[in-house]
Amino acid sequence: MTPFEYLRAGDPGEAVAAVAGRPGAAFLGGGTNLVDHMKLGVAGPDLLVDVSRLPLDRVEETAGGLRVGAAVRNSDLAAHPLVRERYPVLARALLSGASGQLRNVATTAGNLLQRTRCPYFQDVTTPCNKRVPGSGCSAIGGYTRYHAILGASEHCVATHPSDMAVAMAALDAVVVVLGPGGERRLPIGELYRLPGDAPQRDTVLEHGDLITAVELPHLPAARRSAYRKVRDRASFSFALVSVAAVLDLDGDAVRDVRLALGGVAHKPWRAARAEEALRGGPATEDAFRRAADAELAGARPLPGNEFKVAMTRGVVVAALRDLAEEGR
Amino acid sequence: MRVGFTVNGREETADDVWEGESLLYVLRERMGLPGSKNACEQGECGSCTVLLDGVPVCSCLVAAGQAEGRRVRTVEGLAEGDRQAPIQEAFVECGAVQCGFCTPGLLVQAHDLIERVPRPSDADIREALAGNLCRCTGYEKILAAVRLAANRRAENP
Repeated sequence: MTPFEYLRAGDPGEAVAAVAGRPGAAFLGGGTNLVDHMKLGVAGPDLLVDVSRLPLDRVEETAGGLRVGAAVRNSDLAAHPLVRERYPVLARALLSGASGQLRNVATTAGNLLQRTRCPYFQDVTTPCNKRVPGSGCSAIGGYTRYHAILGASEHCVATHPSDMAVAMAALDAVVVVLGPGGERRLPIGELYRLPGDAPQRDTVLEHGDLITAVELPHLPAARRSAYRKVRDRASFSFALVSVAAVLDLDGDAVRDVRLALGGVAHKPWRAARAEEALRGGPATEDAFRRAADAELAGARPLPGNEFKVAMTRGVVVAALRDLAEEGR
Repeated sequence: MRVGFTVNGREETADDVWEGESLLYVLRERMGLPGSKNACEQGECGSCTVLLDGVPVCSCLVAAGQAEGRRVRTVEGLAEGDRQAPIQEAFVECGAVQCGFCTPGLLVQAHDLIERVPRPSDADIREALAGNLCRCTGYEKILAAVRLAANRRAENP
């Protein structure tokens, strides 16, 4: 681990100024995806600005929705009665991620900003465009089981590892960001980037931008929502494929639907084509399958992860079928 | 830097701590508490599990400065006086220990489970222990020990 300074920020403005003023500085939240990277040599900040004790640890009711502080722990958010009642998809997604010990420490903002778990990104002896821009991609032509089938580029085929963010993408969450120029609000769909030719950038955030909260909108339909995750172990494993789904039925017809996919792309993948195919149509297994196929028409699997196309279709259909049955 | 926090009910401080040290390192190398084990250093194996402000965490991923002013309970602090904690007695009775390296982390994590969940199902136990790796036992006797301790606790709360 390279030497660094440690600063405990007194308020969000001080934290932003401290990081913005130093190119090598980084925010420290729970540390579960930064301290490990510092030990591996994947990250080497020269200043850690600890934001884990800022007064951003509350879940507050808004007009029908919730405002989740950036420092709220994953375990606390999953257990919150209003999250469980209004957004079961989010509680389930949180509980399907990591282990109890990690959920007790990991923060809401830190979870959003997790780096990929691509093994080549974490192995400093191999080329990786995300870790060292321009060095090449070892996953292309390598081990691709956990890699993308949608939206990847010739420079990077990594996936975003978060479960929580997939649920938040389906819920149209809004991320509140404090930067050197003040506060702004970003729909979660605009937070993340596809890799393109700059895979070192996971998000549109600039150096010094601090996520202070996540707003969950008023969405009564989300009371009927689900998170379904397929993984190599029953627990403590990243998604091969996951889906967050909200289904609002009008009799046997789909009034509204929200679908986001995990484990298949560089970002939580909002399945807008599948949603469009379903809205106003029948809530049948056949329709669910056709909607999944509409989304997957753009899939470009790699040698070694072709199975993810059929798996994604199956997971989408199963999640929607369960929600539809629940609603009848 | 100087780091101070409460460990097993005692106020402790350590001087000249390097910023890159973890809570685990401070406990083991500076405070004479080697019960918590250092294995993967990546938060994957759970052998460094301690209670931080009452909840189990991987102490290998807690930067030393983050422990300042907080309350830590390690495996050394589970026993009450001369009497082992119920989860420790159950591990001994069930033979849930082989090489013993994962045991301290499992004890802390399982202790937390039986304190929080009165009658954990096998699924509850498996999920609670998902972040603790044991490479010797195959887990069966560990599961038996947690069931035994949980049953005793339910009968004599």
